[in-house]
Amino acid sequence: MASQSKKVLMDPLFNNNPIGLQILGICSALAVTTSMTVALVMCLAVIFVLCLSNFFIALIRNQIPSNIRIIVQMTIIASLVIVVDQILKAYAYNISQQLSVFVGLIITNCIVLGRAEAFAMQNPPGISFIDGLGNALGYSVVLMIVAFFRELFGAGSLFGFQVLTPVSEGGFYEPNGLFLLPPSAFFIIGFMIWALRVWKPEQVEQDEFEIRPNVNKEAF
Amino acid sequence: MSSKRDRDSVKNIIVVAFSVCLVCAIVVSAAAVALRPLQQENAELDRKQNVLQAAGIFQSGVSIDEQFADIETRVIELATGEFVDHIDPDTYNQRQAARDPARSQEIRGREDIAGINRLEDYSLVYLVRDDDDDLEIVILPVRGYGLWSTMYGFLALENDLNTVAGLGFYDHAETPGLGGEIDNPNWIAQWPGRRIYDDDGEVALRVTRGGGIEEEHHIDGISGATLTSRGVDNMIAFWMGERGFKPFLENLRGEES
Repeated sequence: MASQSKKVLMDPLFNNNPIGLQILGICSALAVTTSMTVALVMCLAVIFVLCLSNFFIALIRNQIPSNIRIIVQMTIIASLVIVVDQILKAYAYNISQQLSVFVGLIITNCIVLGRAEAFAMQNPPGISFIDGLGNALGYSVVLMIVAFFRELFGAGSLFGFQVLTPVSEGGFYEPNGLFLLPPSAFFIIGFMIWALRVWKPEQVEQDEFEIRPNVNKEAF
Repeated sequence: MSSKRDRDSVKNIIVVAFSVCLVCAIVVSAAAVALRPLQQENAELDRKQNVLQAAGIFQSGVSIDEQFADIETRVIELATGEFVDHIDPDTYNQRQAARDPARSQEIRGREDIAGINRLEDYSLVYLVRDDDDDLEIVILPVRGYGLWSTMYGFLALENDLNTVAGLGFYDHAETPGLGGEIDNPNWIAQWPGRRIYDDDGEVALRVTRGGGIEEEHHIDGISGATLTSRGVDNMIAFWMGERGFKPFLENLRGEES
């Protein structure tokens, strides 16, 4: 049991990362990673929602009728997201302003519904909670790495503290504006997936088909 | 554990759907009710901070309440533009008043340039005075309909009551990255120094793409957000016009000079 929960917890970090391997949850990874503080709050919100949604769905998995299961799952997920949003508005108003719609969009984050459907519907609450934690941490690792590079190169700071003094304040560093724009997150995530697959070659997907030169004689 | 068959029965579907909804509704409303006072406090602080920022006198690191204490908050009657004293500015909720038929009027059709439907009878204004008690900045609450939402903001004017000192929005739901760029400091930075009225006292400030307008009356619209820019344009036209703050500004000009 202990080794199983460890596997459930650790696997999503690198071996089966929701962003790196399953390519889920990219939307928010692009949107909220311009600064590390904001990304961290987003990660905490996702950890909270994913753990508890997995837990509660697993708790009533034997009662949920299969033909309304997605609606039941969404209701639970949406309620948790609203609670998180309310808490942020009460205790971290400025950050909730910066996260704006993206807290609400956790509802549509594929990772949350994906774990509910793939794991929590078949497993007991305890292990489902751990699975939620593992996947949320896998998501967080990627988000924090992306945010690290974007904030460092885009603004020259980390968690809001100036690390590289920009030229505008008499330093040497010319901030790279591209890193503050969403496309840069695409590049960083792409490089991360590349690095991950060099490290763990078993993640490389088989080609679905092979491209070959055309050998059929055509009419023209 | 119930068998697969009666789990899918109509009775069970209704029972599960009902109980899940009930529990979730209780949790959500409990969270909303319990956290509301804190949230309102935050929203209030945010509003004050926006008043200060619109006027360009916000200093970070100093308590907002303390900074706000220097600002004189008054209530005016929009139609006459006169100060009134029978309403307490600290408790007057302008947004609520705008929805209350007893304290607001419907405005329709061509009159309703800014798309606000109802106009409250009384409005708050914020006055900043210098050490000699001379008027320095006037801050006016303005709002207008953009693409998706009513945009709420503050417009600050210099003591000539014509030159813009600053503009800031504190509540809107425009598309992030497009219309949401009305919050972008680079765009906001265009406003200070622009002039609202031309020499004939007509509203001349326009938010448009492209030129054809004198520099001192022109704000460059946001590309990709034509309707939001137009909303800001309409908002200025309405609130600086006869139905908005023009009577008040004229009174104030007479008083101060």
